[in-house]
Amino acid sequence: MRLERITNPSLARQLGFPAAAILATILVAMALAALAGANPLATLGQIVTGALGSKLALMETLNRATPLIFTGLAVAVAFRARLWNIGAEAQFYAGAIVAAILGTGALGSPWALPVTALAAMLAGAVILLGPVLAKTRLGVDEVVTTLLLNFIMLLFVSYLLEGPLKDPMGMGWPKSAALIAEARLPRLLPGLRLHWGFGIAVLAAVAIWIIQIRTTLGFEIRAVGANPEAARFAGMPVNAVMVKTALLSGGLAALGGWSEVAGLKGHLSLDLSPGFGYTGIIVAMLALLHPLGVVVTAIFVAGIFVGSDAMSRTAGVPTYIADMLLASALLFMVLGILLTKVRVVRG
Amino acid sequence: MIEILISAGFWAAVVRIASPLIFATMGELICERAGVLNLGIEGIMVIGAFTGWMAVYQGMPLWGGVGVAMLAGMAFGLLHATLTVPFGLSQHVVGLGVTLLATSTSSFAYRLMLPEVTSPPKIEPFQPFPIPGLSQIPVLGEALFTQTPLTYAAFGLAILVAWVLFHTPLGLALRAAGENPAAVEAQGLSVTGLRMAAVIVGSGFMAVGGAFLTLSAFSSFFFEMVNGRGWICIALVVFGAWRPGKAVLGAVLFAGFDALQIRMQQTPLGAVLPYQVFLMAPYFLSILALIVMSRRAEVPAALMVPYNKGER
Repeated sequence: MRLERITNPSLARQLGFPAAAILATILVAMALAALAGANPLATLGQIVTGALGSKLALMETLNRATPLIFTGLAVAVAFRARLWNIGAEAQFYAGAIVAAILGTGALGSPWALPVTALAAMLAGAVILLGPVLAKTRLGVDEVVTTLLLNFIMLLFVSYLLEGPLKDPMGMGWPKSAALIAEARLPRLLPGLRLHWGFGIAVLAAVAIWIIQIRTTLGFEIRAVGANPEAARFAGMPVNAVMVKTALLSGGLAALGGWSEVAGLKGHLSLDLSPGFGYTGIIVAMLALLHPLGVVVTAIFVAGIFVGSDAMSRTAGVPTYIADMLLASALLFMVLGILLTKVRVVRG
Repeated sequence: MIEILISAGFWAAVVRIASPLIFATMGELICERAGVLNLGIEGIMVIGAFTGWMAVYQGMPLWGGVGVAMLAGMAFGLLHATLTVPFGLSQHVVGLGVTLLATSTSSFAYRLMLPEVTSPPKIEPFQPFPIPGLSQIPVLGEALFTQTPLTYAAFGLAILVAWVLFHTPLGLALRAAGENPAAVEAQGLSVTGLRMAAVIVGSGFMAVGGAFLTLSAFSSFFFEMVNGRGWICIALVVFGAWRPGKAVLGAVLFAGFDALQIRMQQTPLGAVLPYQVFLMAPYFLSILALIVMSRRAEVPAALMVPYNKGER
């Protein structure tokens, strides 16, 4: 078989294949539910109700979406420049650590919030800077270095929580002391169980979108991602663009860690992220690396997690169904998107 | 430190720790030599660890478990190969997707099959099989020739891979698929076929590497047991400059540091430094190895470049 590019794909093709990818994911969900001995349609219903069925469920979904918007943006920005940042998990924790260090009394009002946020971004940027400099200066592939840094960072957090950042009142739980009130993100609206992190995440998405379509940097990132050789030939400082992309990407992921500590949890713990950095890759890919799309897919992905948790409690289908669905959705979707642009021919 | 380095037990541990890495590194090396980066490795090791263990837990013999793990790995390899080779999709994205799918499939199936279990049940793992005569050699005998059959298989596989890659027409075709696919096609061979076969077989070996953990090393299955070993194997392929012999050397070197850091935790140094520093060492070492080797590495020219017939 061979692939043939379609010059002007029909609308049916452009909508049909992505729709088929969604349908295929739903079928996988139903098959898994049946495998677990549950009613497939009822299970789907329980996932949807669990994610969106009540005001409480919806707030839970939006809270869960917040870190995913940040890590999704971090990945989207990097992948657009073909910088394979698989280390959003480490950068996320870098931001969370800074929040726990500076937010527990080191800084008072009115500096606690803005300074902590900026310092968190800086920390995340620095974490990604190492692998990117190794890539641009020495040609070291960044996929493995950023991945390995995730493991190192998690061990570092474990060390901090058992040592310097250990909560003296923690009764042996590995967590940091609680953030002071001045360092906490307020609620978005009074009476709503949703913190300002969500608002900042959406603003960040809009800001990235504007950077991408309105600024030279945005143009350069796209050019470098499309064809680094051509960009270099055109006189673009490819390495400098890579470094700027890295600072942006690492900063965004770290902002997610800061928002999770300052907005939701109020302290740093080892289970702060159930893999937000990795899930961010799925969020970004499903959004086709579009910053505004990231907001939508992050809410969708968060909904699957929250809904599956709720469903699992009643229907007895293991909650890992959520990860299986997301992996399936990712693979079906990349194939579906490809098939909107190419045709499979024999020969 | 010196006492550690001259003890036979230490070297036996080094060989034991290196074994799963050798299986998976050989698997990845085959994929990359043919031109496909397989980031599914981490998840494929998990599915191998799970399926091999579950098969034995359900009453299969140990070698049957190895076979089941290999088949499960090949199934995920087929998925990876289909999406990345004929369809030419991003090897990064597909690989990470396969890792997530294989990992979550293992967790889902584990919970489904053992819903009430709190501590993972144990199986009777492979036992050391001293090779008559050779195992009597002082130090060396205990380190090299008093291992489980699966360890011998790991080193045997490395020799086999080296021989096939560099001394057979199949190996030549496979390497050419990763260097200059158009030339392979000109010879009347199918680049798609070669690459798919490499990814499927390579994934099978990765899964056996995972199964080593449950069938030869730990005797139970835990969710986090692979713990980045797959990513380390990708670093080992680079460190070994895509050569089986050097990659085995890298795996042994890495295992040496890993075995050393475990033992160092019990020395006076372990009382001073937090244990996390020792656990970080293997990951830092992998990054360091990548940086050191990056200048000299001869990357397969067509690695990560999809091949579509009739396109230049």
